[in-house]
Amino acid sequence: MIAEAGLAALWFAAALALLQLVLAGLGVWRSTPVRAEATGSARSDEETTLTADIIASVRPVAVVQGVLALFAMLLLITVFVRSDMSVLLVAENSHSDKPMLYKIAGAWGNHEGSMLLWVTILGVAGAAVAILERSLAKPTLIATLGAQAAIALGFYAFLLFSSNPFARIDPAPADGNGLNPLLQDPGLAFHPPTLYIGYVGISIAFSFAVGAMITRDVGPAFARAMRPWVLGAWIFLTLGITAGSYWAYYELGWGGWWFWDPVENASLMPWLAATALLHSVSVLATRDGLRAWTLMLAVVAFSMSMIGTFLVRSGILTSVHAFAVDPTRGSFILALLAIYIGGALLLFALRVGTVKQGNTFDAVSREGALIVNNLLLSVILALVLLFTLYPIVAAGFGTQLSIGKPFFDKFIGPIALALGVVMAVGPMVRWRRDDPGVVLGRMTVPVAMTGFALVALVALGGGIAWLPLFGLALAIGLAVASVLPLWGRNWRRTPLFTYGMVVAHLGIAVSLAGMACDAAFTQETLVAVRVGEPYRAGPFTVTLDGIKPVVGPNWSALEARLSARRGADGAVFYLRPQSRFFANPVTVTSESAIATRWDGQLYTVLGEPDGTGRWQLRLWWKPFVTLIWFGGALVALGGALSLLGRLRRERRVRVREAYA
Amino acid sequence: MKAKHQRLTLVLLAIGAVGGASLLALSALKDQAAFFYAPGDVKKDGLPIGRAVRLGGMVADHSIQRLADGVSMRFVVTDGVATVPVAFKGIAPDLFREKSGVVAEGSFNPDGSFTATNLLAKHDEKYMPPEIAGKMHETKTLQQ
Repeated sequence: MIAEAGLAALWFAAALALLQLVLAGLGVWRSTPVRAEATGSARSDEETTLTADIIASVRPVAVVQGVLALFAMLLLITVFVRSDMSVLLVAENSHSDKPMLYKIAGAWGNHEGSMLLWVTILGVAGAAVAILERSLAKPTLIATLGAQAAIALGFYAFLLFSSNPFARIDPAPADGNGLNPLLQDPGLAFHPPTLYIGYVGISIAFSFAVGAMITRDVGPAFARAMRPWVLGAWIFLTLGITAGSYWAYYELGWGGWWFWDPVENASLMPWLAATALLHSVSVLATRDGLRAWTLMLAVVAFSMSMIGTFLVRSGILTSVHAFAVDPTRGSFILALLAIYIGGALLLFALRVGTVKQGNTFDAVSREGALIVNNLLLSVILALVLLFTLYPIVAAGFGTQLSIGKPFFDKFIGPIALALGVVMAVGPMVRWRRDDPGVVLGRMTVPVAMTGFALVALVALGGGIAWLPLFGLALAIGLAVASVLPLWGRNWRRTPLFTYGMVVAHLGIAVSLAGMACDAAFTQETLVAVRVGEPYRAGPFTVTLDGIKPVVGPNWSALEARLSARRGADGAVFYLRPQSRFFANPVTVTSESAIATRWDGQLYTVLGEPDGTGRWQLRLWWKPFVTLIWFGGALVALGGALSLLGRLRRERRVRVREAYA
Repeated sequence: MKAKHQRLTLVLLAIGAVGGASLLALSALKDQAAFFYAPGDVKKDGLPIGRAVRLGGMVADHSIQRLADGVSMRFVVTDGVATVPVAFKGIAPDLFREKSGVVAEGSFNPDGSFTATNLLAKHDEKYMPPEIAGKMHETKTLQQ
């Protein structure tokens, strides 16, 4: 019964989305001034009331639609928790011996469930817009909710016609196939929902852009309404990417934190677009410039999140995420992709002519710096997209190839460094117009720090590749430059969003430093060791004390007992990497063991026995690698401070207007 | 600056930057993208020496030899048409075994052997790298 109720809730939610779209369309059409003139300027009271009724009804419909989608998702989680094997999805992806956390998270650790999660977040976010958004003009808000319903409808159709999560299986199997052991990790509970919230948040920004284009209402007010959603989406994308990177780092046991895997790129591309949008929307809100460009970026950001969903869900690319995929569904998502992106671009092409020119500015100005930022982000985005899709295109021409990490590093790295330089200078430039000489003067300290770091690294380090070298030197200068906007200001009167910017930029510097240190200073040891034989890994001495079998809730494992100490007289600590065997489904995974110190991580992986009593061990000493994810968290924190600051200011402005 | 000029400059700048970067990248792609080879392709097309390659096929039965240092191994990759001897140093993936699919990343040596820097094995019952699935299928059809 639970599964049927879930399916019914989905159908009702889909019907409401259709209703929401129709009502919004009617409402916008009836309230356009063009039509009012056509039917005679004196509209009857009756007709005006009807229009008002239609407009007023869109909001509750959006709320109920969101509640129904959430209800369906909760029911799916319920059947997973109860291990109801008569539901096909549960039988294929769950097992009664799984720990509770993975039964719950397993609900979205598969294709159908993750699509339902997508549409649930979309519905809930739509309801949130309907309830919370107060500052936007009514017709624009209604058009926004209409666009939101149109997006949701496509996904409801996808779920109901090709990926029904509630399908039954008869007869029900005695037990399920189990969840892919690589996914049986707390990361699964956190990583997909955060990324999806980010994707969906971008779709809301996109709906705002569509709404503004339909009602020809593109200006600072629209930018201010859209900004919190862009910021919110960006925070979640940042968190999702950071968490995903750390998850891959410790779970896959390869010692790397970013593989330029297509699915990683699929999450990075929307982030790049959202970062560009975040900065251009600021120009629109503050200076009323870059109107058309901001709209375009909203369309691009949404397209990227759709392409991301497509890449992940279609299984078209070889990837570590290549579980839970079904190529036949790819065509459905591809069709949705074509309709949404094509429709949005068409609307943009039709309406961009009516978007008035915004304010102009000098080349040396905050706007100018933000444009360079947008330009570089766009170039990176274009390259990542190109490299990710090129193997698919090449396969179409009969050539099989793959584009790996070295290639991405070589091309994206230098552009990212250039972007870092712009990021250091940008906040030190005034809006509208500034003097290049004065700006350079403000940059004296960071430039000096970067130069000093460069000289010191070349003199002391020696043999560091040029990219990590410049990366590390730039990170130091950038860290100084990012806190400079607080210099000489009254800290108590500095608005919260300025602190947000400072913290986010500082986070990028910290993360960059981590990446450069990992690339420059990592020491790797690969050995076959006997019990009791000590080996060196960076500043540590590691000894294999023994191998013991251990048993977990749904796995058994061989566990290496390693004792390690730093230098000759450091305190001894223990690491226990495992080689885990899962019975449902039959899989072996390596569980790395990581010891975190203030200045880096000792990362150990257990390999196989070689048959003569030795065991393979892979040991890495990774100085300051933790800064990568700490920086990512700082960036997200900066975003949150900024969001809070903006919301507070908007509220104050609204209150002031209400009393004026 | 006049509004019209500003817009024009920005558009040209954007097109120039994105286009230039893409052109540069595409020209480099020709040399550096790792092409996929099956042992049979090498027989047919000759050795791609000095470039990154992915070699895919099955690990031949009884071919895995572990060397004395405990971390190096040799094995033979076959696609039913030809075979390539492969040398690898490192920890093999969990599902790397004889008579099972593998993709080796690395490069060919002048003597026709392959030095792998990384191995990708079949992940689980559901997952097989699409290249292997494609190649295996191709080989089967050719043999029929």
